[in-house]
Amino acid sequence: MSTLLEVRNLQVRFAVRRRGILGPKSYLHAVDDVSFTVATGETMAIVGESGSGKTTAALAIARLVNAAGGSVSLEGEELLGLRGEDLRRLRSKVQFIFQDPYSALDPRRRAEALVREPLDALTDKSPEVKQQIVAELFAAAGLHPEQLRLFPHQFSGGQRQRIGIARALATRPKLVICDEPVSALDVAVQAQILNLLRRLQTEYGLTYLFISHDLGVVQHMSDHVAVMYMGRIVEYADRIRLFNRPQHPYTAALLSAVPSIDMSSRSRRERILIPGDPPDPVSLPKGCRFANRCPIARDICTSREPALIEIEAGHSAACHFPGELALQESRRQSS
Amino acid sequence: MSLLRVRNLRIELRTRVGVAPVIDDLSFDLAEGEAISLVGESGCGKSMTALGVMGLLPQQIGSIASGSVQFDGEELVGASERRMREIRGNEISMIFQEPMTSLNPVYTVGEQIAEVLRAHQNLSRTAAWNAAGDLLDAVRIPNPRSRLADYPFQMSGGQRQRVMIAIALACKPKILIADEPTTALDVTVQAQIFDLLRDLRRETGTSIILITHDMGAVAEMADRMIVMYAGRTAEIGPVDALISHPRHPYTRGLISCVPHIQVPLTETRDELTEVAGVVPSLSEFGADACLFASRCVHRTSECDSSRPGPVAFGPDHTADCWHAEAL
Repeated sequence: MSTLLEVRNLQVRFAVRRRGILGPKSYLHAVDDVSFTVATGETMAIVGESGSGKTTAALAIARLVNAAGGSVSLEGEELLGLRGEDLRRLRSKVQFIFQDPYSALDPRRRAEALVREPLDALTDKSPEVKQQIVAELFAAAGLHPEQLRLFPHQFSGGQRQRIGIARALATRPKLVICDEPVSALDVAVQAQILNLLRRLQTEYGLTYLFISHDLGVVQHMSDHVAVMYMGRIVEYADRIRLFNRPQHPYTAALLSAVPSIDMSSRSRRERILIPGDPPDPVSLPKGCRFANRCPIARDICTSREPALIEIEAGHSAACHFPGELALQESRRQSS
Repeated sequence: MSLLRVRNLRIELRTRVGVAPVIDDLSFDLAEGEAISLVGESGCGKSMTALGVMGLLPQQIGSIASGSVQFDGEELVGASERRMREIRGNEISMIFQEPMTSLNPVYTVGEQIAEVLRAHQNLSRTAAWNAAGDLLDAVRIPNPRSRLADYPFQMSGGQRQRVMIAIALACKPKILIADEPTTALDVTVQAQIFDLLRDLRRETGTSIILITHDMGAVAEMADRMIVMYAGRTAEIGPVDALISHPRHPYTRGLISCVPHIQVPLTETRDELTEVAGVVPSLSEFGADACLFASRCVHRTSECDSSRPGPVAFGPDHTADCWHAEAL
């Protein structure tokens, strides 16, 4: 598989406050030195809690917020410096599916106009061709042709998300960024959208960058997973390894926090408690950002920040003691 | 004897298209110290049930048309507003979904907790303030005394939800209604809040009604569950029995449409089971038919012509479905 997207040392920071009028600015490092690659045709998931920087990273890749440093390349072409016509060309290659289908669609435009909008803005196809593409996408997204002339308020939440998906595919993008595509939807509707996304992926050969806080959804959708905490990737692995053998204590804690309907696994599993809240993102602690909540933190964790290191081929974690928590867990279970 | 006894409750909402029964013939019991859960999609009447019990239905729009709600033997339907005020907070209290919007931004959290104690228990200003500190401690906020002077914006989402729980528990209510208490929170914070609620229930013996759409949360928190669909009971029974063998196709759909965490995870990835369509609109509520029929794969002519009654499976497990026996 070839690499489609390569992100190297991506940084995004927001100026938050000044000390005095002329004093130095403080920055919130929303995305701090993030690197990963996405292969053509796969689904790469970024998981993390709110404030972890997962959405900001995706916005920076799509050039919807400005990056402060690093590089992002799509099929070998650097994206971060693009301007004008080049940037427009990029936008047709990278498209976004947003979280809230209620606010992502212009309430005054008809469904067909909403799906056609990216074609109008980013391509110079003839009206007939556009019309044909819109009709085709409408069908592919599971909407009926007679709904083309309706307005967003006449659709349910799940149908609106189908419109959002159809318009994201209008320009035949190489990369589709799905930012929490089902978290605003009702449980029973989520399955419809997740199945649709997977079906479209095979049909159109799409590559997804899939952002979610829901580990069940990520487990179902992803091929590779990056776990983010406080602007950093703390663990990266393929789906099977990440969920079966998490190496970073934060990943292990996240997994153990998900409520389960399986009685046997619930009684077997000990919940890993991580007390407290994440640190203040403006004045980060010196060592590991997770140290203040980590059940296995030691002295070195509060003094030196661990780097994201490959533990075995294709599995990396940013922890001084990777895998230790899992080890303790298995010892306790066997004793 | 049950602490809360709801019988044949019918709540009607006046809408532009006429009167719709948003709760249609709902009956359930809540025992002392028990935790039950109301489950279903949005628009199925979960929150309406809670508001009906609390006497907080939107005035002029919603009202209890018939049925009874008995708390500790006392009838609440038709009770005076003054009596309801005494019961709310003292006997039954509620926490809401959005900890961001449920607190008043211009008062400190200490004032907001103390207000409850002063209104309901006639405590003095200082006594209420001290009790508020104890409550923050009970919901495990670090440095509770100094945090009393904080405003809501100075706290994280999880801490605000803890403050809401502290307010709800201030007068040691017998019933706590939690309406999607963790939907707005991160999963690790959700686990903390669930642990807290479980511990408080054990320590104080408070009964809990948990409103949620998350089957995982139900399994972790509740003893029994009521699956609601379009204002009606679809299935009611012990959590373990319903999850291991759901008798109503809607219960089955709610369980299987969500990708649950698999342990251990394998390479196989099946398509998720879809529940096609959406909850019917209010104008269809109240029809003499199974309201789930339009989304159901087991639909027969019976389902369209008359409303199914409860079919019993064991002493406290029933499902309202014409085909429950076969499922």
